[in-house]
Amino acid sequence: MRENAEPAPRVAAVRVDWEIAKRGWRRYAAYPWATAAGVFTNTVFGFLQAYILLAVYRHRTNVGGYDAHDAVTYVWLAQSLIMTVYIFGWTELSQRIRDGSIATDLSRPLDPQRYWLAFDLGRAPYHLIFRGLLPFVVGGLVFRLHYPRPLDVLLFVVSVALAVVVSLGVRFLYNLPAFWLLDIRGVLILAVAANLFFSGMIVPIAFFPHWLGDVARLLPFASALQTPVDVWLGQSHPWQLVLQVAWAVVLLGAGRLVLRRATRKLVVQGG
Amino acid sequence: VADGIAVWRRLVAAQVRSQLQYRLSFALELVGVFTIAFLDFLAVLVIFHNTPRLAEWSVQEVAFLYALSSISFAFTDLAIGHLDLFPQLIRDGNFDILLVRPRGTLLQVAASDFQLRRLGKAAQGAVVLVYALAALHVHWTVARVVVLIVSIPAGVLIFASVWIVFACVAFWAVDSGEFTNAFTYGGNFLAQYPIDIYGAWLRRFLAYLVPLAFVCYFPALFVLGKPDPLGLPHVLQFLSPAVALAALSAAVAAWRVAVRHYRSAGG
Repeated sequence: MRENAEPAPRVAAVRVDWEIAKRGWRRYAAYPWATAAGVFTNTVFGFLQAYILLAVYRHRTNVGGYDAHDAVTYVWLAQSLIMTVYIFGWTELSQRIRDGSIATDLSRPLDPQRYWLAFDLGRAPYHLIFRGLLPFVVGGLVFRLHYPRPLDVLLFVVSVALAVVVSLGVRFLYNLPAFWLLDIRGVLILAVAANLFFSGMIVPIAFFPHWLGDVARLLPFASALQTPVDVWLGQSHPWQLVLQVAWAVVLLGAGRLVLRRATRKLVVQGG
Repeated sequence: VADGIAVWRRLVAAQVRSQLQYRLSFALELVGVFTIAFLDFLAVLVIFHNTPRLAEWSVQEVAFLYALSSISFAFTDLAIGHLDLFPQLIRDGNFDILLVRPRGTLLQVAASDFQLRRLGKAAQGAVVLVYALAALHVHWTVARVVVLIVSIPAGVLIFASVWIVFACVAFWAVDSGEFTNAFTYGGNFLAQYPIDIYGAWLRRFLAYLVPLAFVCYFPALFVLGKPDPLGLPHVLQFLSPAVALAALSAAVAAWRVAVRHYRSAGG
């Protein structure tokens, strides 16, 4: 009667991941009005940025390979992906480190990094659909946008998924200093500023001076936003996706390493 | 009113003293905020890397708009930026505590969290302003100096009014925090660029109805002696202080109405 025995451990682990991911989705699905407010704000910023970039195209027809439609599409895609790839500060992990809850997390038979990755991969589709779709549709009603070929849509979804993993890798890393610092606000401000600028969120990387653009494209922040957008625009090179995979592996690996270092000497204050 | 200002000053002074207790930590934060704020301006420079003019505006002229808006916004943020956390006060039912005290609720909320480090942003705006003025060769007259100086407090009042009005939404919808951001942070972003580049309907709503064009666009036209690309009446360039006072009255009225509708979460 071996068939009725416990499922294989690996299957059980994936099942746990799935349950965690569902909770990631539900956490945000629980506040529909917050989602609506966010959609409104992303849409307003989309309009502002679109008009600013269009003003550049009164004197130019092409900037760094983008025509006016590409640039406006860029703006709306970036606003639509802003929550999916979580550009702004994420402090859940550092708060758990600060208040000592991390000790409970570490005593569970779950790897904390794997937990947050599963949680985030459940969260991201919610934000892609409910925070991303509407601003893009509104943008598409007012401006002429670039729409991708069917194959690029598929590649876009893959690239967004990779972008989420890279983004989590970055966020996980900038939360870990909380093991050593009482207040990571300084680290957080720096990380978010670098993320906003070098991801191309404020101005597309195509608008950067060449040398700065070359540097920015190699950084992980570009893998979290610029790459999926380039895929959508049909302007990506295969190496950009390879770079996404590479950053995902490197950042998650670095996160594990730092976490192991930190927990070796963990002393929980109270709790 | 005088009594209210005295109370506010005492509350704020106490917070400033406490923040100055850790001098090094405070200095580092100030420098951090100052430095990070330049990334924002870097975006303006990146845009002008691709074009000599944004519509009919040069980089120095946009820097001037950027500086005026940033300075006004930084002072607003300093005084009432913590309205960002206001929905939390409603959600927890802690607004009740303010209601039982013998002072106005708006005054108490305004005085509750004064973060001196936000001055770093104003300092960054001032540096950009100096750069813009040095590069622009403004033909100074008494009137231009007055309009420039008055535009800062007027801008602060306009931004503050916008912040208060949209924070009021939290009395009805607790999850409205991000909605407010569209008008506060979005408002600063809008005002940093010349408003003639925006679509007409957006301009009507966000620049005139929400009077963000009076923060720096109209005063800047006068100071720079620049013909209005939109061809609007000249008199608008002097109306910022009046608009600011009107906006503030509207904001205070909106706040009163909202407080009357407050139903406690039972904190």
